Amino acid sequence: MAISNFDETEVGQSLWQDAKQRLRKNKLAIFGLTVLLVIGLACLLAPWITPYGYEEQNLGLGATAPSWQHWMGTDNLGRDLLTRVLYGGRVSITVGLIATGVALLVGVTWGAIAGYIGGRTDAIMMRIVDIIYALPFMIFIVLLMVIFGRSLLLLFLAIGLVEWLTMARIVRGQVQSLKQLEFVEAARSMGLSQWTIIRRHIIPNAIGPVIVYTTLTIPNVMLLEAFLSFLGLGIQAPQSSWGLLISAGVETMEEYPWLLIFPGVTLSLVLFSLNFLGDGLRDALDVRASKD
Amino acid sequence: MPLLSVNNLSVSFHTRNGVTEAVKDVSFSLSKGETLGIVGESGSGKSVSCYSIMGLIPQPPGRIESGQAMLDNIDLLKCNEKTQLDIRGNKVAMIFQDPMTCLNPYIRVGEQLIEPLTYHKNVSRIVAKQRAIELLKEVGIRDPEANFDAWPHEFSGGMRQRVMIAMALIAEPELLIADEPTTALDVTIQKQILELVADIQKRRNIAVIFISHDLAVVKGLADRIMVMKSGEIVEEGETNTVFNNPQHEYTKKLIAAIPTGAKKASQVVDKSLVQVDNLVVEFTTDQGRFRAIDEVSFDVKKGEILGLVGESGSGKSTIGRSLLQLVSASGKATFDGISLLDKSAKEFLPLRRRMQMIFQDPYASLNPRMNVFDTLAEPLKVHGIASGEGLVEAVFALMDDVGLDRKFARKYPHEFSGGQRQRIAIGRAIATKPDFIVADEPVSALDVTIQKQILELIESLVKKHNLSMLFISHDLAVVRRICDRVIVLKHGVLVERGHVNEVWSSPQHQYTQSLLNATPDAIA
Repeated sequence: MAISNFDETEVGQSLWQDAKQRLRKNKLAIFGLTVLLVIGLACLLAPWITPYGYEEQNLGLGATAPSWQHWMGTDNLGRDLLTRVLYGGRVSITVGLIATGVALLVGVTWGAIAGYIGGRTDAIMMRIVDIIYALPFMIFIVLLMVIFGRSLLLLFLAIGLVEWLTMARIVRGQVQSLKQLEFVEAARSMGLSQWTIIRRHIIPNAIGPVIVYTTLTIPNVMLLEAFLSFLGLGIQAPQSSWGLLISAGVETMEEYPWLLIFPGVTLSLVLFSLNFLGDGLRDALDVRASKD
Repeated sequence: MPLLSVNNLSVSFHTRNGVTEAVKDVSFSLSKGETLGIVGESGSGKSVSCYSIMGLIPQPPGRIESGQAMLDNIDLLKCNEKTQLDIRGNKVAMIFQDPMTCLNPYIRVGEQLIEPLTYHKNVSRIVAKQRAIELLKEVGIRDPEANFDAWPHEFSGGMRQRVMIAMALIAEPELLIADEPTTALDVTIQKQILELVADIQKRRNIAVIFISHDLAVVKGLADRIMVMKSGEIVEEGETNTVFNNPQHEYTKKLIAAIPTGAKKASQVVDKSLVQVDNLVVEFTTDQGRFRAIDEVSFDVKKGEILGLVGESGSGKSTIGRSLLQLVSASGKATFDGISLLDKSAKEFLPLRRRMQMIFQDPYASLNPRMNVFDTLAEPLKVHGIASGEGLVEAVFALMDDVGLDRKFARKYPHEFSGGQRQRIAIGRAIATKPDFIVADEPVSALDVTIQKQILELIESLVKKHNLSMLFISHDLAVVRRICDRVIVLKHGVLVERGHVNEVWSSPQHQYTQSLLNATPDAIA
């Protein structure tokens, strides 16, 4: 690579630049990313992909096995399963992204600040985490619903606000051991502000476990959404999500197995791809892992 | 007949980055009662060759390609796992470099000590305990009965290394392999441990292989010396012959790298840049307040390298850190007439540009996820010294200054050797063109040959940029080589100060005398 012609912006982000290049070389991660993009796009473009509506019933048809008209078959109300999987994906993917995003943002910041500043600040911040931990999360979410009213976005945020706790604890532990290291002291002696030290020296070095935990959080929140919806706190029929489709499929597993298989395979495919991508990201950001 | 004879040993490591030949066709032998010193830099294969004999090389990635190692007519490289276990710790025992990590922190010292005995010799606990207490006495642990039940964390580094030696001896081995057993220790402790090893070797008439990167350490101990470089033996012979008449270029280089002689008096303007009066640093612990630095006063003159000497725990690093406000201190300290200790973090900020620090361990002091360019650019950006095109130029100029090839700019710390890393760290410290640098043991984590290069670099940079420096070290030979004046610290109190030559020729304080006596140069 020519060194003479890199400009400052590139230099400033070289960790991420290098990570991008390394990620491109990781076939499994790229495969995961492609699958996620294809599924995501399909959900987004659902109205153009299937001729049916997700609430469109055909009681005369009933539950039918996969056929040329209905690729994934129909459920007992005669609704096209492919359509419902695509529309349900919208809900599941959104909840996965928003809730995990909230958990990441709040958890990493909270944990990094508590761990880095330490002392009384740390004690207070982590006791808050403990208190929220101690609240049964169902009550917590119901409370949020009651106070702020019911909306899908709020539901997603509420799930995120439950999931950030573990993230904060993981990050705090990482930061506590990182801040003992001499390179952080060197940064202090150089006159960097606390925020710059956290952003440039601490977080990039704590990111490995964060990514791994994130890939575990996404399926978690998808299932949490299904659970809440099942209790009537989440989305309402005829709308659906992958979690709801799967739980409905379980009930009729013996008579109509396709109602379980297709949503299940879709969710599994997404989770596998997420794991591949997560592992790839972690390796790409670990400059020591690959020598090239 | 030799006790151990190693013939044509070759070891290589197979990784996804290719095959590394760590040991190439190495042969040597060792008789009963003989001490063999193996000397070389890190990566020279000196440890790998001994570890392979012990069967301690992780396989894979390691692979013993060929050779034999005969001990009592058993080939250690070919025998089965059971025989190997029988020999390891029984006939051959090892002492490792870092006594801090070699003891299991959750098992009492005595229990760990009798483990090889109950395992190999099938003796009862009571007999084993008796043996262990005798041994603890032999290796110089005070009050061995009480210390048998102590936890490892209650012991200092030197005491732990004594326990490790006791543990190695307990099964009465015929061969003792010591892998840099004193590298992690202070000079005074190092001297005691070296004497202990020599003493035990004589008393028990066992064979010892002593691995070190430091020729000076091996000199007083070994009968024969074997010099290794890049997996090969480049020279072998009687210790005195090797020292007085080295044949190979590399051996000559190693001998030349032993820091000797004093610095020639340099041009020091008699004007203080840093003035410290009655500096006090206190830490709060569970036991109450603990005074780490007790009313220390000194000054650093313009263009001077002031040596600060003391053992670990003496508080020497704390002094350096308190001057840079990395720990809070009371008393009075000024830099160029500006008072230091009463500044808030914000008020101190402009001063950081003029005062910098070089840390001991270049493996810990560089952010592993920042490449060389970013590491060197950071101080320049923070203090607004350079940006855009100028930044690239400034960073490259820095890299030239510390002797790093410009093409390494995009590489990350893990891709460099210890010496190169320390060059990066030095480059970062001089980036803002400071007037004063605190160098906290900048060479003690490095091999002797690299040490010499880094010392030369520091010296030339001090001259070139007219820097003043507080040079913290436990190694008197290094201090003598580079410093103008020296202050000696013991338990947070200054016990001696003066020009390096004066202190060397007539140390006043008893502590300074014991430090001077302990430098390996004096052992030989």
